[in-house]
Amino acid sequence: MHRPDFIALAPLLILALSAAAVMLAIALRRNHLSAMGLSLTGLGAALTALPLMARYTPRTVTPLLIMDHFALFYTGLILAATAVVIVLSYDYFSQKDDLPEEAYLLLLLAALGAVILVCARHVAALFLGLEILSVSLYALIAYTRDRNISIEAGIKYLVLAAVSAAFLLFGAALIYAHTGALDFQQLGALLKAEPSGRPALILLAGLGFLVVAVGFKLALTPFHMWTPDIYQGAPAPVTAFVATVSKGAMAALLVRLFTPTDLPHWPALYLFFTAMAAASMAAGNLLALLQTNVKRLLAYSSIAHMGYLLAALLFSGQKAAVVMTFYLTVYVVSILGCFGIIAILSSKERDADTCQDLQGLFFRRPLLTGVFTTMLLSLAGIPLTAGFIGKFYVVSAGVENAHWFLVIILVVFSGVGLFYYLRVIIAMFSPSLDEGLVPSPALPALSAPVVLTLTFLSTLVLWLGVWPSWFLATLEKMLG
Amino acid sequence: MILAFLILIPICGGVLAWTMESRHPGTARWIALAVLLGNLGLTALLVPARFDVVSAVGPFLISLELAWMPALGIHFHLALDGLNLVLVFLTHFLGLTALAAAWTEIEHKIGFFYFNLLWVLAGIMGVFLALDLFLFYFFWEMMLIPMFFLISVFGHANRTYASIKFFLFTQISGLLMLLAILGLYFIHGRLTGRYTFNYLELLGTPLSDVSGMLLMLGFLMAFAVKLPAVPLHTWLPDAHTEAPTAGSIILAGLLLKTGAYGIMRFVVPLFPKAAAAAAPFAMFLAVIAILYGALLALSQTDFKRLVAYTSVSHMGFVMLAIFAWNQLALQGALIQIICHGLSTGALFFLAGALQERLHTRELGRMGGLWAAAPRLSGMALFFALASLGLPGLGNFIAEFTILLGVYQVSKPLAVLSALGLISAAVYSLWIIQAAFHGPPQPKLVLADLSGRESAALLAMLAALVFLGLYPQPVFTAAEPALTHLTRTAATQKITEAVPAPPGENPHASP
Repeated sequence: MHRPDFIALAPLLILALSAAAVMLAIALRRNHLSAMGLSLTGLGAALTALPLMARYTPRTVTPLLIMDHFALFYTGLILAATAVVIVLSYDYFSQKDDLPEEAYLLLLLAALGAVILVCARHVAALFLGLEILSVSLYALIAYTRDRNISIEAGIKYLVLAAVSAAFLLFGAALIYAHTGALDFQQLGALLKAEPSGRPALILLAGLGFLVVAVGFKLALTPFHMWTPDIYQGAPAPVTAFVATVSKGAMAALLVRLFTPTDLPHWPALYLFFTAMAAASMAAGNLLALLQTNVKRLLAYSSIAHMGYLLAALLFSGQKAAVVMTFYLTVYVVSILGCFGIIAILSSKERDADTCQDLQGLFFRRPLLTGVFTTMLLSLAGIPLTAGFIGKFYVVSAGVENAHWFLVIILVVFSGVGLFYYLRVIIAMFSPSLDEGLVPSPALPALSAPVVLTLTFLSTLVLWLGVWPSWFLATLEKMLG
Repeated sequence: MILAFLILIPICGGVLAWTMESRHPGTARWIALAVLLGNLGLTALLVPARFDVVSAVGPFLISLELAWMPALGIHFHLALDGLNLVLVFLTHFLGLTALAAAWTEIEHKIGFFYFNLLWVLAGIMGVFLALDLFLFYFFWEMMLIPMFFLISVFGHANRTYASIKFFLFTQISGLLMLLAILGLYFIHGRLTGRYTFNYLELLGTPLSDVSGMLLMLGFLMAFAVKLPAVPLHTWLPDAHTEAPTAGSIILAGLLLKTGAYGIMRFVVPLFPKAAAAAAPFAMFLAVIAILYGALLALSQTDFKRLVAYTSVSHMGFVMLAIFAWNQLALQGALIQIICHGLSTGALFFLAGALQERLHTRELGRMGGLWAAAPRLSGMALFFALASLGLPGLGNFIAEFTILLGVYQVSKPLAVLSALGLISAAVYSLWIIQAAFHGPPQPKLVLADLSGRESAALLAMLAALVFLGLYPQPVFTAAEPALTHLTRTAATQKITEAVPAPPGENPHASP
């Protein structure tokens, strides 16, 4: 290891150090504010290290990690999203009296795992990152220990994540048995060289297991069952983290794994991906129609969005990285906004996640309603918001490469999807049913950092929706 | 830049109205008024001395092109010719009428209402002015959201159902149009090497029969839902009935017109061959819409619902005329667009005024209103007569010209659609009979039209009389634009007849 290696690894090192620092600080003296401050400082330092590190990219650090532009961008995205989650967590946890400090420690560790995932160039690093991320999430999801629903969600996640990790390991073992390689680059080259007509069964099985594991993490149909329960049970900021950082890192890994393998070269795999994408779009959007709980609704909508993302991977071949990254960034920003609002509205006892909680919100909190509406419209893909440009980009990639089947599925089901977003929006703009009878719960005043964060997120959504060319050009330059 | 201001001013005005209303209640409507009047003044500046000065790219009086997403070939490209100048005027006129209707009707969330009103007008203006297909789609979608809020927040009892139905119909058909736009973009890009959404460059893209037909259907779907064409009209009666008065006026007067404009500007010129192939079918559907809409209107008991169904019938004439695609029919279609906007807008205005006073839209619970409110009833009689096509009023000119134009193309369809005029007379007179004549309701106290209401209606009345007696200014304004459209479509049909071998020479210009 040389000096440039350390600089290239700086964000990971800083993250690990700040996790340790938070742990020590908690051991010395429990203080919510200082734990939050320390974590944010750590994230800030890691973020400022990114431009420094950019000078040394692309650089392979140890056989396990690669620091290229792709890793750089996703590390930035993960760090920024984690910072937003931490800001939201502070207000959320400070209403609850018991021991909120460790949440930050776990969030930092989870972010570290996610960063390792996006930098991975070897199956061992993949597994390492995945486990750091998952183990932190077990505890985070069950963090509100006084709620049965959280404990249940935590245990569910533990079992399912462990099973999917087992799938991943077994798949990797099978692939290794056939090819003798665990390095992504070597693997990609070997897979490309494989005769396309009849691939060895053992290799196909290995790849299949790997895809199942990834499908679990991304919650693609038919591996989506855990999502609604986890989304509903976890505390709102943690849900935001699961939805954005954890899924985002996994999607990035998907791009890294499968862009070099030339998917159409593998008809079986290609067919499997197509079926998963179509099923996710259909199941996600249709099941979301039945939900009355907003967190569950967003869970199903996230299944559909992961379907769109997978479709983008299939559509765009070499350009997949750019299209998917744009879509994912937009998705992360919008989802953070949605769960941010839910976190703000939540009370000490429960999260504000039913349609009744949102009913008539416009009359109590017009600005929050405006932000929430913008985020939902962005998820629905309506112009003026970033979601529209993202969806436009995906659809145009599909039309360009004449993937008519998936394009039609995407268009039809995103049309269906509008319905449930609109239902939430209408609920917010309708007067409460019990207005005047029951005094609506007094909402806590917003703290300055939260206001700043929400302003930032909504500005980003509108800016990317109206003027995306700068961001698109940057992405093309970094990843194209 | 004036064109961009036409859109930007209402957008900024909407935000201003919303923010100011919370600090100084009562200011929002004055801001909206100032914005619309200012915009109208700006538009008036654009009226040229002569319309027949044709530039190289077409009969555009003024255009604006700014880079927006140049990497994808997307430009902020607006242009004005005689056709959309007339439509922009109509937008302002009906915008002001809607404002007059909303002045006292809207009592809660006033700031938000005017925000949506101005944004929907900005979106409509954008749709009429955009010459970049991406931009067009952008505005097409942008006008939906405020309209959705106007219905779902400010509408009547069944507003949630109506607003979601409206949104789903228009949005899903809009997505099909997006697919067609992208299809055209990539086909053009592959053939010429230039990936662009510029309408003027996409004109004349050589297409195979199948792809031309599919793309044309994608566009037509979106416009036919808006128009609305039978059998895609079912959102319309619900949306019109449940919307607040201002919403109904904008829906009937402007939103439906964007569909007609889209067919004129995009469907036929971009895909002349496919459109010609589909024309008999489309004209047949249009005649069905004329007759079916009129028939359904006859059986309605709700004032607004009745007027909504007459819209289906009247817009059938517009679709018939556009697919007949000759100068005469197109001129008639344009006049029909304006006159239907005015007369139906006025009828919705009156329905709203009645509902504000009587708290009902049921014709069965009205009757004998003439004695109580003579001015209101007189106005209603006038606009009902306009709607049935009384000679001397604009609607007569429109329908007469359309029938003349259609007669040259298909005699049976012209004859059949003329039957629609008869049923129009029946339902129009029936409204008058049921609501304003007959035995008066006991203990009826009814305020007559206020000065503001009378002024708005008188302006519409004057416009209809003017168009009925002297429609030439509109013909003159639109003539070069319509000639250009028909000529583009015709020349393109010839180039298409000699199909370029696809894919052989990808860099040749079309």
